[in-house]
Amino acid sequence: MQTEIIISGFGGQGALFAGQLLAYCALDLDLHVTWIPSYGPEMRGGTAHCTVIISDDEIGSPLVRDPRAAIVMNLPSLDRYETLVKPGGVLVVNASLVDRQPTRQDITTVMIPATEEAEAIGDRRMGNLVLLGALLELLPVLPPEAVGESLGRHIPAHHRDLLKSNLEAMARGAALASAARRDAVEPEAVSPGAA
Amino acid sequence: MARELLEGNVAFAEAAIRAGCEAYFGYPITPQTEALEHMARRMPELGRAFLQAESEVAAINMVYGAACTGARVMSSSSSPGVSLMMEGMSYIAGSEVPAVLVDIMRGGPGLGNIAPSQGDYFQIVKGGGHGDYRPIVLAPATVQELINLTVEAFDLAERYRCIVVVLADGCLGQMMEPAELPPMRAIRPSAERPEWALNGAEGRSPNVISSIYLEPLEEEEFNRRLLAKQAEIEAHEVRFRELALDDAELAVVGFGTSGRVAQSAVKFARQEGIKVGLMRPISLNPFPYDALGRLADRMRAFLVVEMNGGQMVEDVRLAVEGKAPVRFYGRMGGVVPFPDEILAEIRKLNAPTEA
Repeated sequence: MQTEIIISGFGGQGALFAGQLLAYCALDLDLHVTWIPSYGPEMRGGTAHCTVIISDDEIGSPLVRDPRAAIVMNLPSLDRYETLVKPGGVLVVNASLVDRQPTRQDITTVMIPATEEAEAIGDRRMGNLVLLGALLELLPVLPPEAVGESLGRHIPAHHRDLLKSNLEAMARGAALASAARRDAVEPEAVSPGAA
Repeated sequence: MARELLEGNVAFAEAAIRAGCEAYFGYPITPQTEALEHMARRMPELGRAFLQAESEVAAINMVYGAACTGARVMSSSSSPGVSLMMEGMSYIAGSEVPAVLVDIMRGGPGLGNIAPSQGDYFQIVKGGGHGDYRPIVLAPATVQELINLTVEAFDLAERYRCIVVVLADGCLGQMMEPAELPPMRAIRPSAERPEWALNGAEGRSPNVISSIYLEPLEEEEFNRRLLAKQAEIEAHEVRFRELALDDAELAVVGFGTSGRVAQSAVKFARQEGIKVGLMRPISLNPFPYDALGRLADRMRAFLVVEMNGGQMVEDVRLAVEGKAPVRFYGRMGGVVPFPDEILAEIRKLNAPTEA
């Protein structure tokens, strides 16, 4: 079983680090994993994305055309990856920077105002972890507690004071995704067209 | 040793250090600069030599000079930088001193771009510099293999007194994968340097290392010695990996990154019931001609996948000797194929041929 996740945004939003955190957790759980960044003549404000593949078996290609899930942190990323997510997959959208709803009906989508949520916890730079928490709620690829433990194990020493609020950011993202999923399911259950 | 999450560039640099690399000379170029950065930090703290030269031309000549002392030395670069090293490579080959080069290939020709490519197969596998020589060329597909082959490269370079090139691309250089580094080997004491080394002639007659043979018959004799060495390398150092070929009727052949992308495609094709397997050459010189030739006796067709316009495919055709059709699929310019593209080619290959 192989799960592919693309995380995409502007440089500086933490897309690459969020992907690395998944990779570290997969390593800690003794799974197979690949992490590959986009790289180029990068500049602040340019695009940055990474592909993470997690598998219980040897991984061939580290790149995929159609991932199981994507976290899109800005509008260009939504435009690029919404169409590519596999049917039945998951799309997590950073509502703080994206002003349109995804249109796909065959995937689970959720809009998370990550920047505002992260600011409320104390640092807007933790938006990436709010979104990651939301993803892990909707895509059971790694146990969120394990990702939290890996964060504690691999967070750089000079950011260790941010560990607690980072965990809080992930939990907040998970709670928002869980609530959004309930809202999405309930109207459908009473919809006259559902039969 | 435990598995760590390692970026390819950092992994091969640290692997070289643990294999006893005593001196590194290089010049930064994307997508392999992280290796240089790692060396810049680690080598001085271990009391070893790191030098960022003024150019790749200088770097390879520093490798040449240091190699003459019998020390374990290396450089690394990417396509355009490696082109600048070709004169020095030829001199190193002509002097029979051991050296290791890691080439993290990128899109070309010319300045090209910094994206992953396999466009330098011809250049590296067939020699590169002028004159009649061939380096040993090893092509890893995973970070673990990149580590293992870098360590092996130093041993092979010394065993055969030749250049060993580890040929990878920007994809492997930039990606992170769990891998295990080898234990740190002790640096060889200078008293145990090889007997040909230039390390002071006190108490013995001087050694001479040169690539000049003005007398054609002497040069030819030297050329014959290189040929004999190549024959020995072909007899002992062929490396490849086979996957799902036991009952296969079709074989996909790819090296390095395109080999591992093909591995995914082969897996999907198997799920569709197509009897296809993968042959991934790891040593590009010596090339696994015999193993491919044996496969040709029982395969209906071959598909060669490369990130270039068709280079290794010529060696596959030599190996197959017309016994089966050899098709080619390539992406160029720094484009890495997705597994579904190769899967589509496998399906085409599997379709009944028109009468």
